[in-house]
Amino acid sequence: MTLSTGLIFGIIFILMFIVVMATISEGLVKIAAKHQGQNPENYGVLPNDLPSMLNRGEGSPNYVSQGDHFVDLKKGFDINLLGAASLEHGIEQVHASTYALKPKDFMGMMPIPKVVVEEGGTLKAGDVLFYDKKRPEIKYAAPVSGEMLKIQRGDKRSINEVVILADKEIEYREYNLPDLNTVSREDLVAFLLDSGAWPFIRQRPFDIVAEHEQLPKSIFVTTFDTAPLAPSFNLTVQGKEAEFQKGLDVLAKLTEGGVHLGLDGRGTSSPSEAFSNATGVQKHWFNGPHPAGNVGIHMHHVDPLNSGETIWHLDVHGVLVIGTLFAKGIFDTERVIALTGYEMTNPRYVKARQGICIEKFVTDIKFQEQTATTDKEGKPVNINRKAVRLISGDPLTGKEIEPNGYLGFFDDQMMTVEEGDYYELFGWLIPRAGHPTQNRTFPGAFAPSAVYKADTQQNGEHRAFVVSGEYESVLPMDIYPQYLLRAIQANDFEKMEGLGILELGEEDVALCEYVCTSKHPVQKTLRQGLDMLREQG
Amino acid sequence: MGLFDVDFWKKIEPSKDKKFAHGLYDGVFTLFFKPNEVNHAGTHIKGPMDLKRLMIHVVIALQVCYLIGSYNIGHQHFLALGEHTGVLDAVHLKLVIGLMSILPLFIVSNLVGLGIEFYFASQKGHPIEEGYLVTGALIPLIMPPDVPLWMLSLSIIFAVLLAKEAFGGTGMNVVNIALMARAFIFFAYPTEISGDGPWVSAIDLDNGVVDYSFLHTMFNGLFESFGWSTFISGQPLLESFTGATPLVLARTGGWEAVTEVYSSTAMFVGGIPGCVGETSKLAIIMGIAILLLTRVASWRIMFSMALGVAVTGMLFNVWGFNAYMDVPWYNHFLMGGLMFALAFMATDPVTACGTNTGKWIYGFLIGFFGMVIRVMNPAYAEGWMLAILLMNVFAPTIDFYVVDANINRRLKRAKAK
Repeated sequence: MTLSTGLIFGIIFILMFIVVMATISEGLVKIAAKHQGQNPENYGVLPNDLPSMLNRGEGSPNYVSQGDHFVDLKKGFDINLLGAASLEHGIEQVHASTYALKPKDFMGMMPIPKVVVEEGGTLKAGDVLFYDKKRPEIKYAAPVSGEMLKIQRGDKRSINEVVILADKEIEYREYNLPDLNTVSREDLVAFLLDSGAWPFIRQRPFDIVAEHEQLPKSIFVTTFDTAPLAPSFNLTVQGKEAEFQKGLDVLAKLTEGGVHLGLDGRGTSSPSEAFSNATGVQKHWFNGPHPAGNVGIHMHHVDPLNSGETIWHLDVHGVLVIGTLFAKGIFDTERVIALTGYEMTNPRYVKARQGICIEKFVTDIKFQEQTATTDKEGKPVNINRKAVRLISGDPLTGKEIEPNGYLGFFDDQMMTVEEGDYYELFGWLIPRAGHPTQNRTFPGAFAPSAVYKADTQQNGEHRAFVVSGEYESVLPMDIYPQYLLRAIQANDFEKMEGLGILELGEEDVALCEYVCTSKHPVQKTLRQGLDMLREQG
Repeated sequence: MGLFDVDFWKKIEPSKDKKFAHGLYDGVFTLFFKPNEVNHAGTHIKGPMDLKRLMIHVVIALQVCYLIGSYNIGHQHFLALGEHTGVLDAVHLKLVIGLMSILPLFIVSNLVGLGIEFYFASQKGHPIEEGYLVTGALIPLIMPPDVPLWMLSLSIIFAVLLAKEAFGGTGMNVVNIALMARAFIFFAYPTEISGDGPWVSAIDLDNGVVDYSFLHTMFNGLFESFGWSTFISGQPLLESFTGATPLVLARTGGWEAVTEVYSSTAMFVGGIPGCVGETSKLAIIMGIAILLLTRVASWRIMFSMALGVAVTGMLFNVWGFNAYMDVPWYNHFLMGGLMFALAFMATDPVTACGTNTGKWIYGFLIGFFGMVIRVMNPAYAEGWMLAILLMNVFAPTIDFYVVDANINRRLKRAKAK
């Protein structure tokens, strides 16, 4: 017994010795080369293209041209859910009778923005609807033409929705388009602010609508979305390639640092020509599980944000709005929306304008349910129970809406999720309801391509932090998320900034919240930290 | 359906005013049923992993240690008598002795610890948290098999009260709770746990005879009906019996002294005296396999601790000051509580380092300090409890410097712009 264990340990020791010797000698050779005045890159003991031998090789898809920046991301987790939209019946063009903009979609906006149109007043698509009194230059425009129907208010008279009764035929506002070749940056910014296209530009830090006084060091556009059941941007940009390029040209004028395009390098589908053949931008390909499509991840690997700097970011919808504005002179927010969810009888794609009322898409879903239970005395009683939750956006970062609600400003996905308020006998030990997981205590983790039905079950109770390394395994950034959350909870501003909170948006840590064993509200804590820092100035 | 029916539980739910009763009810209810909480602010879907599941997998990994360790208690008892000396002789008798030794420890450990936790949880108004599931399973494995129950209770009260609840409960403790309980007994009652008394079960050392209680003799009728051997009271112990553990032997005579009494196979499988959990390396390795396969414990800590032990052992071999230092470094893994500490104590996620880099440093230093205390300490033959407690205190410091390096990296990047 001792001989064999000694042998094994001896072999391991020898291997370690070889690796250490190789590393040391590699370093010494490089130092010697530098002394001689030679380029240390060309000298070494280990094979030079070892990284590429191990990483890329056949990995990168064939539509990636050599010389483009390619980033392989290992960390993350793809959540596979049932209810994906299908292209079987094509993409239907739909139009609803009401549309709405929700001020609460915008972080940091005052609860009661100034609505410039009166109830009953007519407006065209692109006309100013409301603005934030703290930042009056940024105008929020109506996505459709029609009559301003009503202002839905929430608690403390805050505005939940500004609802527009839409015309059958959309009329557009007339714009005085500046000439892109001669216009100055200030005039361009002023035009965008007034046009209603500005809110599509967001910024890091804080993930709010971009502050126009700041000069961004670069602008990032993400062209693929890896969130669960998110639609592909290829569908939206189909037929609008010229407008997309126009949008990129406009953005290029807004910054010195250039526009960076984040492209889909996963190899599952080749991106649209508009993305892979875009000009005037720097292209970066990303390959990996979710959150490989998040703009925060792209920023971190291309041009990381430092304290005091600003980066602006948009998705494809935002670029198309700006591009269509300059190419055709109209404010057109039309996009391809995915109607998804297991409860949908026909999950599909539709073409619709921003803020559409989704009532008519979910008429066949039973949101409320009568369940028969017994009350305390044992008498049978029927109670109304919410059976299905409706989400605007993806299930990780989206917001819950009512069955007659409206799609969010930045959202291009609607999802139905079953409410998981059921008790499961020994559910923590032998679960019957399956949930997607990469955790190896579940056999499902060894079958990563399995697809699951989503539900809103919390799967445990909120506890203190116990497990370490969990968040880091799904966040492909050089950040320690748990220590950041602790700094936020301790109101330690210096540490928050030092640990990189400014680089993060809630969508980046949404997956951390998904896998958290202690069920910590990670996104909420991050938002608290970001708001704290933003208020300090 | 009774116990497995939600409606039954809902009927017997005590009102929320009776804090302790409701806390107790809640703890048991959530053990049976996954609560029906849905996700509110934040992600609408959440992964299925939760703390209970994490804890139960560690307990599952410990089960082989329990099985082989309990059997070994019985085996060591009969070695002290000089009877049934073969490993598989009188399996029934050895199992009974083993179980009757370990079950009281397990029951008392869980009752006392959970009782304190329930009390605190009801006072603070939050539900009972699962941290004690693992501690309660670990404590019987690191105690001497025949430790007096009152001593065990005192140590658990000390550990849970001062080392856990005073800091905030599950997830907030600085030091490992099970080791704290062991340390209490080690420092407060050193003479009571030294010598052979508490290390061999069911013997009366003063009179040199066996000491069977009713728990053992009640099985005699059953065994007689099968025609198997029974417990015979009043038998004398072997005079030559010492019950020396391999560590004690190694300290005086080096590896040769150890191999005279115990073979390497016996040390690997677990036929040696010692704490219940630490004797069978085979059982521990099976537990490690479960922990690593399910990624419940950190492989970095385990690997770096083994590395620390190996490197320190090799250094001692080179130094060769005394017979103990000459024990070949790979044999240290077979002796004492090293493997158990490596698998279950060092890897406790709450008290270990949180950063991956920190885990490497943490594990390595535990291996280093543990070996130093084991080999160079004249008073006590084992060092893992002390090494792990020491590194638990330093883990936040290590993490601080790793996180600080991250912050400085970011600052340097900003300055370079």
